[in-house]
Amino acid sequence: MTDEVILQVKDLKTYFHVDEGIVKAVDGVTFDLHKGETLGIVGESGSGKSVTNLSVINMIPDPPGKIAGGQVLYHGKDLLTMPQAEIRKIRGNKVSMIFQDPMTSLNPFLRVSTQMVETIVLHQGLDEKTAKAKAVEMLKMAGIPAPEKRIDQYPHQFSGGMRQRVMIAMSLSCNPEILIADEPTSALDVTIQAQILDLMKDLSARLGTAVIMITHSLGVVAGMCDTLCVMYAGRIVERGPTDALFAEPKHPYTQGLIKSVPRLDQASSDRLFSIRGQPPNVIDLPDCCPFYPRCDKAMDICKRKYPGATAFGKNRTVNCWLYNSEGK
Amino acid sequence: MAEKEVLLDVKGLKMHFHTGSSAVFGGHKNYIYAVDGVDFQIRKGETLGLVGESGCGKSTTARAIAQLYRPTAGEVTLNGKDLTKLKANDLIAARKNMQMVFQDPYASLNPRMTSGDIIAEPMKIYRRHGILSMSRREMDERVEQLMERVGLSRFFRNRYPHEFSGGQRQRIGIARALALKPELVLCDEPVSALDVSIQAQILNLFKDLQDEFGLTYLFIAHDLAVIQYISTRVAVMYLGIIAEISGAADLYRKPLHPYTQALLSAAPIPDPAIEKTRKRIILTGDVPAPDKVRTGCYFYDRCPKRMSGTCDVHVPRLKEVENGHQVACFLYSKPD
Repeated sequence: MTDEVILQVKDLKTYFHVDEGIVKAVDGVTFDLHKGETLGIVGESGSGKSVTNLSVINMIPDPPGKIAGGQVLYHGKDLLTMPQAEIRKIRGNKVSMIFQDPMTSLNPFLRVSTQMVETIVLHQGLDEKTAKAKAVEMLKMAGIPAPEKRIDQYPHQFSGGMRQRVMIAMSLSCNPEILIADEPTSALDVTIQAQILDLMKDLSARLGTAVIMITHSLGVVAGMCDTLCVMYAGRIVERGPTDALFAEPKHPYTQGLIKSVPRLDQASSDRLFSIRGQPPNVIDLPDCCPFYPRCDKAMDICKRKYPGATAFGKNRTVNCWLYNSEGK
Repeated sequence: MAEKEVLLDVKGLKMHFHTGSSAVFGGHKNYIYAVDGVDFQIRKGETLGLVGESGCGKSTTARAIAQLYRPTAGEVTLNGKDLTKLKANDLIAARKNMQMVFQDPYASLNPRMTSGDIIAEPMKIYRRHGILSMSRREMDERVEQLMERVGLSRFFRNRYPHEFSGGQRQRIGIARALALKPELVLCDEPVSALDVSIQAQILNLFKDLQDEFGLTYLFIAHDLAVIQYISTRVAVMYLGIIAEISGAADLYRKPLHPYTQALLSAAPIPDPAIEKTRKRIILTGDVPAPDKVRTGCYFYDRCPKRMSGTCDVHVPRLKEVENGHQVACFLYSKPD
């Protein structure tokens, strides 16, 4: 990880217009991604993790979705205002993605070779033969045994873990600068998850790829990520280096989240800590702190206004009135 | 601690699914050996955690115990009665004492029934069979009581499942399972589909209900930390057999089977300081398909400690190594 910022997301807002009102799926998200960094985005379902990243590569279905504001600067150029033809050269090439379910993200009718060669030919301008050699090499790197044979098989002939390896090989085949991984291991078993995380760590270090890792699992980010963003109801409520954030979580939501996970290394028969209530419905959310109905430390101001970011040293911010002088 | 009496006794349980015959080899039949000889006991008031990867036969075990599938072989004794030998009517009566909570709170509730009707349904069925004598009013009261107990307002009884969140739906599923006051509840991944903050609420609810009603659980999950939290004893399954079974604290402190060791080392711990220094046992390959008869240890292909000449020719049986800690592995016992 270096100090060079390759992706800047500034005050990103993505809204969906539905019959019931406006769903503010992402509502003012800001973060930086440095070269070679692994950034984790954690949050519960519906907190806006995936929509954030679909917005980053400008893939929000419109309608009903609409990017309502903000900027996504990739090396200083705004991906949100870029013409489609130009962003297509970046998507899958410089910025590529891995999705949760490797079965639905591979085309079941096409051989793996066809799908991989297509990407490489399109983005790297190689001829088909060299592209296929490159694809075989990538599959080998991703730990697929006998890649020369396996490459001509169809996706259904691979197991879940193997399919995710194919996806990783495919997404890294154009040497992307940024890899967005949306719950890459959530559909896999623990022993396979360990294999895939190991592979991602190894390859991103070797190729110098920056990774944005979206997940709901605190265990996965703890072992993988340099930096962490915690999302709640469409906003990043806390951001900082993983070590510091786990050692001393500041936002009451982050604190609750870490405390409510049962831990393998701490046997305890006491009751688990649990955050009361339910995550909010993000339709027509008022401009208050969305966490206040579930927060033990809620104050009067939390019901009226959303807190701005309070910085703690370099790289660490929290959006909570507890730390905001305006709230005192 | 005095040993409580055994509530459920599973002996040699096998569940093989027929998957069609091969025409080439003279009608040779193909099977999936989903559960291939499972033995365990659950004592009154305890929780047996059943853990393992997808496809290892956890859910099939629970369903075969509930007689949703009629097992291929083996005995399932609940309160001294072997369920596999009971006739339909007797089975219904015996099953009153054993209810299930399912994984998917979306698929396991009828979308066209209100939450109140869903919870009342088991009582209605047993009343129709003449096993339960309850008036309509008593049933209504019981539904309201159950809803309040699992943390749902009684005013929600006329709402339909789609009006509830995932966590609330799981509460409806739990209330339905408790409606007949069973002793044994089979929980098939009841918290796997839930978010972290909701998962903690539901796990606490399970524990509270157990204390209050003296329930016995068979609790299935693939999350090892959840199993550790909820279980008194834990059984680790692999490819349709039990690889290791022991008291929960014992198993997590001192896993014996190489598979349990790998499983525990692969599960992430939400603490970066620990994750950095942890050593993982990374297993190679995937879980094989359970579609053939095995002549050696089921874990042989992936085992980092396999001994050729022993593990590939003999099938290890569960043997007690320490007090109450059983393991099926030749590292701890010689082949018979």
